Amino acid sequence: MADKKPKRRVIHPWPLRLTHWLNALAIVMMIGSGWQIYDASPLFGFTFPRLITIGQWLGAAIAWHLAFMWLLVANGLVYFIWSAASGHFGKFFPLTPRALWRDLSAALTFRMTHEAGVYNAVQKLLYLGVLFAGVVIVISGLAIWKPVQLWFFCDLCGGYVIARYVHFFAMAAIAGFLAVHVLLVAIVPKVLPPMITGGRIGP
Amino acid sequence: MRNINRRSMLLRAMAMGALSTLPACDYENPADPDLADKFLHAMSTWNDRVQEALFNPHTLAPTFRADQITMPPRFNAFYDISQVLVVDPATFRLELGGQIQDKSPWSLAALNALPQAAQITRLTCVEGWRVIGEWAGVPLGYFLRRIGADTSCRYVSFICADGYYTSIDMPSALHPQTILALKFLGQPLTPPFGAPVRLRIPTKLGFKNPKSIVQMAVTNIYPGGYWEDQGYNWFSGS
Repeated sequence: MADKKPKRRVIHPWPLRLTHWLNALAIVMMIGSGWQIYDASPLFGFTFPRLITIGQWLGAAIAWHLAFMWLLVANGLVYFIWSAASGHFGKFFPLTPRALWRDLSAALTFRMTHEAGVYNAVQKLLYLGVLFAGVVIVISGLAIWKPVQLWFFCDLCGGYVIARYVHFFAMAAIAGFLAVHVLLVAIVPKVLPPMITGGRIGP
Repeated sequence: MRNINRRSMLLRAMAMGALSTLPACDYENPADPDLADKFLHAMSTWNDRVQEALFNPHTLAPTFRADQITMPPRFNAFYDISQVLVVDPATFRLELGGQIQDKSPWSLAALNALPQAAQITRLTCVEGWRVIGEWAGVPLGYFLRRIGADTSCRYVSFICADGYYTSIDMPSALHPQTILALKFLGQPLTPPFGAPVRLRIPTKLGFKNPKSIVQMAVTNIYPGGYWEDQGYNWFSGS
């Protein structure tokens, strides 16, 4: 029997890369059009400048929003099913307060080391948090879209009026994650190519 | 009626003009759709189908207590409240068309003599705000059967005194909470709120609740709507 050569492992398998970039597109389209929809009836004392919104008027913004929600949800379901089936979710655990404290203080003092293919505790928390925000934004979005037919989602969010606030804050959480996420890629640019090509790490 | 129609056409033209001045917007010219418009239109048609499938004729819109009614009520139209048309209730006739056996026009008194139903429900605007109000009037399902409408048709369409027009699907028209409202907050409708008769359909967004209806028709030919033709989703169910 011939000796098996140890295989080099892919950092990001193709289903992860595909769903990541489709999700990136969906998130940008949903947030951009969502800001324009928000502007039609602002919840707070500010509006989003039209320059950074998608759809130049309410009708177009809603059309974009209700078109790309299908990509967001379908792609999200594929991601969750693939992650559960492939064991990808295992990378988020264990997540202990001690590890979180250690990695957070390292990150804040710029002593964080990046180990390819392994999530540190801060990453685990951020990824779990944004996945949770993703679930919340879909449920609150369905509650606003169909408060009568999907009344259970509306009730779950505390009614139609509160559901709009829940939807807004879930957006704010995702936008905040996105800012940190992009900033970290800018600081450690070597992590970007593997998210496109898959990358390889030794045996 | 001729004067009313001419003025309403002018109002519509002004509203369309205001929209078409927006720079580089999607749906800027529905008559000349670009690739993005075609994509959005296809997705909106898909969303119509999903909403038709999702619609449960037995699911009721939430109802509220009298003390939850929004006061003062909020006026909304595609023009300012100072431009509201006043329809003379004495000469008003609701005209009927399409797949209906008895197309005799209805006077306000005749509509008032029909069985009435009241509701305290939420009107949700496509913009995101909502108001709670009390409406009373003739259940549309009862009225459609009374006039011998073919309820196997797909659409019920409405034309308003101010030139506004819209249409709804037949299952939503037959929903028990869909009414031809004659009263608002316990009093006959006032011109800003749709006198003499408006549609109140709490299972759809606000712009699917046409005011000051002068014509109603039952048809299988897609009638569109004032906002729908500019890009709002047609079904717009809640």
